[in-house]
Amino acid sequence: MKRSNAPIFWSLFGAGGVLSALLAPVLVYITGVAVPTGAGMPPDALAYSRVLAFAQSLHGKAFLFAVIALFLWHAAHRIYHCLHDFGVHPGTATKVVLYGTAFAGSAAAAWLLLAIGL
Amino acid sequence: MSPRNPYVRPMDGWWRRNPYYVRYMLMEATSVIVAIYALILLVGLWRLSQGQMQYDAWLAALRQPPAIGLHVLMLLAMIYHAYTWWKVLPKTLPLLHVGGKPVPGLLLSAAGWTATLAVSVVVYAAVRWCGI
Amino acid sequence: MPDTGKTIEIEVLRYRPEQDTEPVLQSYQVPFTDDMSVLQGLQYIKDYLDGTVSFRWSCRMAICGSCGMMVNGKPELSCKTFLRDYYPGKLRVEALAHLPIERDLVVSVGDFVKKLESVKPYIIPKETRSLDDGEYLQTPAQLAQYEQFSSCINCLLCYAACPQFGMNPSFTGPAALALLHRYNADSRDGGQAERMELVNSEEGVWSCTLVGYCSEVCPKGVDPARAINMNKTSSAIDYFLRFVLPKGAAK
Repeated sequence: MKRSNAPIFWSLFGAGGVLSALLAPVLVYITGVAVPTGAGMPPDALAYSRVLAFAQSLHGKAFLFAVIALFLWHAAHRIYHCLHDFGVHPGTATKVVLYGTAFAGSAAAAWLLLAIGL
Repeated sequence: MSPRNPYVRPMDGWWRRNPYYVRYMLMEATSVIVAIYALILLVGLWRLSQGQMQYDAWLAALRQPPAIGLHVLMLLAMIYHAYTWWKVLPKTLPLLHVGGKPVPGLLLSAAGWTATLAVSVVVYAAVRWCGI
Repeated sequence: MPDTGKTIEIEVLRYRPEQDTEPVLQSYQVPFTDDMSVLQGLQYIKDYLDGTVSFRWSCRMAICGSCGMMVNGKPELSCKTFLRDYYPGKLRVEALAHLPIERDLVVSVGDFVKKLESVKPYIIPKETRSLDDGEYLQTPAQLAQYEQFSSCINCLLCYAACPQFGMNPSFTGPAALALLHRYNADSRDGGQAERMELVNSEEGVWSCTLVGYCSEVCPKGVDPARAINMNKTSSAIDYFLRFVLPKGAAK
């Protein structure tokens, strides 16, 4: 019986799931609702200088990378299984597209965070 | 004795036949929103790397009413994701016993929901008052 | 014959391989009293209305696991489900979902039996013992680790609940994997490594997407979803540490 390689993707899915369960609601609220509407947030809460300083810090880079990468890996794995549940039988091509996007997104985030510097 | 001819019923539309399955599919579908939001953040990061003008354009785009509307829907989806994630997580844990009695899954879920609330308060406070 | 004046309509999904190309619903008017189970309703049909209706049953007290069927689209034990809860509505009774129908409410279970055999459902001793070693000793805490998983009555409601099994019948499935865990978790057993090959495969725990409906419908509180998903963690650990840990160290 062939050993499944699912553990790799399942572990990433799990890590991304925990991170998104903890952070996604508040992040979506802040970046998508509170700051754009100004409700309860000062207008400069996400100002360029502030966010740049955050992205330049080591803890900021770690946070942004973890959020973007793990959210994408979590989604790729779940969407793959969701397609199967809908009766679409995703093959290797779909796997490459989904997990490939997660990989590409993670790589892009890493590259951008390096480019932004310290 | 009549010959056997076992009948296999089709699985098409299986998830529509039971509200339990519909809730499961909704839970799984929240992953699409997780991906969309991660991509929005990635675009923001890209704009940030390009400079003040491009970054401010990204912020301006988020201020458009359709963008705000989308994020309200995404917020609801993310709350449902957090709720279902912690509800389901105890199933992945080994059986825990304290003082001879089993630790109920609901207690572990409650710890998860509390963690989400606590992290949300901390992050909100950090952005609101401490300038990240 | 019950004499209450109350009648409930029971629709039964009929399938006779010698004459039907596909299953068809047939309706019966069944007089009933409040204490009657769905099984008793079916027995009334067979005894007084239509002797050709076929269904499995035995203990009529939710311990033998024979009478599983779909009642209004949900997997139930017919002896444990009551007509009064559906009255005055209609009752639709069908063979357990996701399993091939042999005849009427009777499903094929041979494949399931093979799956039970495949999990090595017996104590594989850690070391050879003789009678002089005496009996195994086990604390209540050790018993608690596997007791609920030993309660399975093989009723197949969990297979009827599991859409992953429905879409992929090669999935070992909830009851068989819960039984596997029952032995892995038993302090007397030393066979974890032997069972890992099945656990680690796609047909093992990795076909499960934690729909969780199996545990919802289980009449005995086995919680097969827990059994399977606990083993995803051990399978993942086994996967990542297999080159580091000596063979047989995985639990």
